[in-house]
Parts: sequence; C-alpha cells; structure tokens
Amino acid sequence: MSVIDVTDLRKSYGGRAAVDGVSFTVEEGEIFGILGPNGAGKTTTVECVEGLRVPDAGRVRVTGLDPVADHREVTRVLGAQLQRSELQPGLTVREALELYASFYPHPADWRPLAERLGLAPKLTTRFATLSGGQRQRLFIALALIGDPRIVVLDELTTGLDPRARRDTWELIEDIRAGGVTVLLVTHFMEEAQRLCDRVAVIDQGRVAALDTPAGLIRRSAGATVISFTPSAPLDDHDLTALPELASVRHKDGRVTLSGTDATVDAVLTLLARSRVTAHHLRVTDATLDDAFLDLTEATA
Amino acid sequence: MSTDVLDTAVLRTEIRLFRREPGGIFWILLFPTLLLVILGSIPAFREPEPSLGGLRPVDAYVPVAVLLGLIVGGLQAMPVTLTGYRETGILRRMSTTPVRPAALLTAQMLVSGGAALLSAPVTLAAGRLAFDVTLPRQPFGYLLALLLALLGSLALGAVLSALSRTTKTATAVGSAALFPAMFCAGVWLPVEAMPDVLAGIVGWTPFGAAAQALNEAAAGDWPGGLHLGVLAAWTLLLTAAAARWFRWE
Repeated sequence: MSVIDVTDLRKSYGGRAAVDGVSFTVEEGEIFGILGPNGAGKTTTVECVEGLRVPDAGRVRVTGLDPVADHREVTRVLGAQLQRSELQPGLTVREALELYASFYPHPADWRPLAERLGLAPKLTTRFATLSGGQRQRLFIALALIGDPRIVVLDELTTGLDPRARRDTWELIEDIRAGGVTVLLVTHFMEEAQRLCDRVAVIDQGRVAALDTPAGLIRRSAGATVISFTPSAPLDDHDLTALPELASVRHKDGRVTLSGTDATVDAVLTLLARSRVTAHHLRVTDATLDDAFLDLTEATA
Repeated sequence: MSTDVLDTAVLRTEIRLFRREPGGIFWILLFPTLLLVILGSIPAFREPEPSLGGLRPVDAYVPVAVLLGLIVGGLQAMPVTLTGYRETGILRRMSTTPVRPAALLTAQMLVSGGAALLSAPVTLAAGRLAFDVTLPRQPFGYLLALLLALLGSLALGAVLSALSRTTKTATAVGSAALFPAMFCAGVWLPVEAMPDVLAGIVGWTPFGAAAQALNEAAAGDWPGGLHLGVLAAWTLLLTAAAARWFRWE
C-alpha cells in the first residue's frame, strides 16, 4: 500500500523551475531515499509533501490526504525534521518535548524517546547551549513525538561526526522496524546505500532514476572497477579493446579500468598473455557514488 | 485548549521563556517605574509648575511612564522576538505540527502585552506611594485609553516585525521607532507642556493621542472622542498593515 503519492509535481521560484515534473510513490514501511546534487529540488519536493509549500501543478497525496487542503490531518500522520530550523533559545529539551507532545492527540511517550536518542542527560539543557548533534537528535525526537506513520528527514546527518552518523543510521532502522515509513533526503551516498530500500535520484528538478541502490549500481556503465600497477607497460590498444569496458585511467603507473565481470576476465587473460604481473590488484564493485555521478554527470 | 490562533501550552511556554529573560522583565516592567522614581527624586519635579496648569512635573510623568512600558513592550521587545522566530525557522517548524504558527504570534503578543499592561499598576502605585500622585480620577476612561494604546503599540510592533527580515533589522527599526514614539508620549517634554502647535501635531500620532487621553482620564474627565478615535484608527490601520505584510517565512 502506498502512503505517499507524488504525480507530476511542479514548482517554480521566480520563473525558474525548482521541481519540474517529479513523480514517485512511497510504500508503507519502506525507507525511501531522495538523492541529488545541491539545488536539485529535493527539499522543495519534500516541502510539498509536508504541506509547507503549495505546488504550482501536479498532485501530492499523503495517506490519501492533500497536504495543503487537509494540512492539519496530514500533520497528525506525518512527522518532519526540517533541514534548517531552531527552537526558542531558552527552551529546555524537556520543555520542547512536552510542548510538542501536547500538540498531538495521541503522542508518543517522550521519556523512552529521549532515552533512545541519548537526550536523557540533557533534559534540563536549554536549546541555545546544545551541540549540533544534540539539536539534530532533538529534532528527530520532535519528528517522532506525534507517533506518526511517516517521518520525513531532510539532510539528517549533515554536520554529524562519523560516529554520530552511524548511531543515527541505526536509529532510522529502529524507526522503520517500529512500522514507520521513512522518507529520507540525503546527499550522502553511503547513507542511501546503507539505509534505503529504494532511491529516487533527482537532478535539475526531474527524477533521473528510481530503483533500489543495487539496481542503480548495476545500471551504471562501470559497475566493476579493476585497478593494478603493471610490472611492465601495457599496450593502450590492448586495453581499449577490452570487452564491455567503460573507462581507462592511468595515474602514477597505476591502471584503473571500469567495466563488467567480462572486462575482469579479459584483463586477467591479457595480463597472463603479456607476461605482466599485476601488483596490488584490486577488483571492487562500483558504489552508489559512481552510479550517482554517472546519472548526474551529463547535466553537471 | 487549542484553537487556530491560541494554544494554552504555547502560551504557558512563552510566559515561562519571558520570565527567564531578565532584560525583558527589566525594560518593560521596571524601567518605566525606575525612570519615574529617578525624576521624582529631583526636588524641582515636585514643585507645582504653571506651564503644566499647576500640576507638578512628577504628576505629569506618571501617564508618560505608563505609556513608556507599552512602547517598550510593543516596539522593542516583541518585534525582535517575532522576527527571530521567523528567521530561525521556529514558525516553520511549528507549521509541520497540528498547531498553527499563529498560536506562537498570539502567545508572544499576549506575553509582551500582558507585561506592558502589568507595568501600569506598578507605575501608578509607585507614583502614589512615593510622590503622592493622585490615582486616575476616571479609572474606566483611563483603562480604555490604556487598552487602546496597548493594542496600537502591539499592532505597530507587528508591522515592524512584518517589515524586518532579520532580527538585526528588527532591532534597528524598533529602536528607530522607539524615539519618536517616546517623544510623542512626552518622555522629554510632557504633552501638556508642549507649545500648542506641537501638541496639536503630536495629538495625531498614536502615542500623542494616548498621552492626551490618559491625561484627561487622570484629571477626572472622560477621554476626548478625538483622542480615542485617533488611537482606534491607528490601531485598525496598523493591524491591517501587519496582516497584509506579515510573512510566515
């Protein structure tokens, strides 16, 4: 069952199209990622889902409701963490949790929530003196305090250290395990690859691709990367003649090829035939990073 | 309780936050009384003055100090807070909850307005106890003029907040508006002591009209229809302007 339906969404600012015909569907219980370069229209898209912006054209539905016309009903099923927002500087963590809990008809209990997010020791700390990571965790707590069916998390781990980022990822997996659908906006490929069931890559206001992270990687031209330092120089003609080759690079005596499994087989045969030893041979699968660059480089 | 524009939990929170800010409490609640006490301690301020129609300057300064509390609350404290709430995304964050961000504006106005209103009895009591200033002889007229002046001050503050994109601008614009407002209210020269032409011009401004209405009620008359009318017209005009120009983000 789908909980978010976006069909041909369009939104312009001052004549420039920020979102130019975006469509996607988020299924109940999945972690759906929206990936894209800065200024691609990711935030505008989710702001239309949250009902913070009125689309110029297209249709947005959240559990069948219109986020603009049925705004209050939507806020009860959808919790949001915004990319940039603050709270009153003098408000303590506990007061913020209690205040926001009071806004909802059936709020979650804020105590276990604070505990799970590591905010328990900070309950009497004022917002102004919280660190970036603590603020971020407080906003996650506020997104969850209404016991929503869907949470929208926009650039959740930006500004967090690697440790805090990993903790946050575990938390998101916990949230989903609790039955909440997650719409995640990110520009970290590692984050999308680790967490998302499906990813929409948005570029210049359009959906450039929509697939599972593994599917996106398979689709990209150079899904496998082979690199080595040859004991003797190889003939460039032999290299470029390799089957299903996507790219060749030489740097400081090291050769890096991208292609498929067939390319790997052929390069090993070539090396044996030429009696060349491949030092420090590495064969790796391409990451979502590579797939992303592939998808967006035509326009970059 | 929660409606579109009023939420009691938000209001309670804003009251609590206001009480944590010593600056707001001092400037709105204590500063006007302090000014009255300082001026009243000057012996010359306790001598009857012919230019004030036989009143002592300290008598004339009680309504001025009462207005000062309203001006500081409406023009200095509130616009900066409201603009900050918009600038830092607090209003936006609230838009994603079932409570409308308008509830935060209402709460802020009630807190600033409530504090400003509270400073009036403090000032009146200080005047009565320290300098034997008679309490307003027409209390209902005084209260009416006070409430209208409060609404006008809050509406002007809301306009300033609507026109300021950043808290820096709001602070600057608020201070810039503060001095003419204080002048019209009679902080430097009570309206009764102003030359007739000047008093006539000042009477068309919100705080000048408020000062004259308060003086009339203090002396025991019902405030003049012209002064109350000028004040009410300003309040309506400014409220409409604030509603027209206020941006939620």
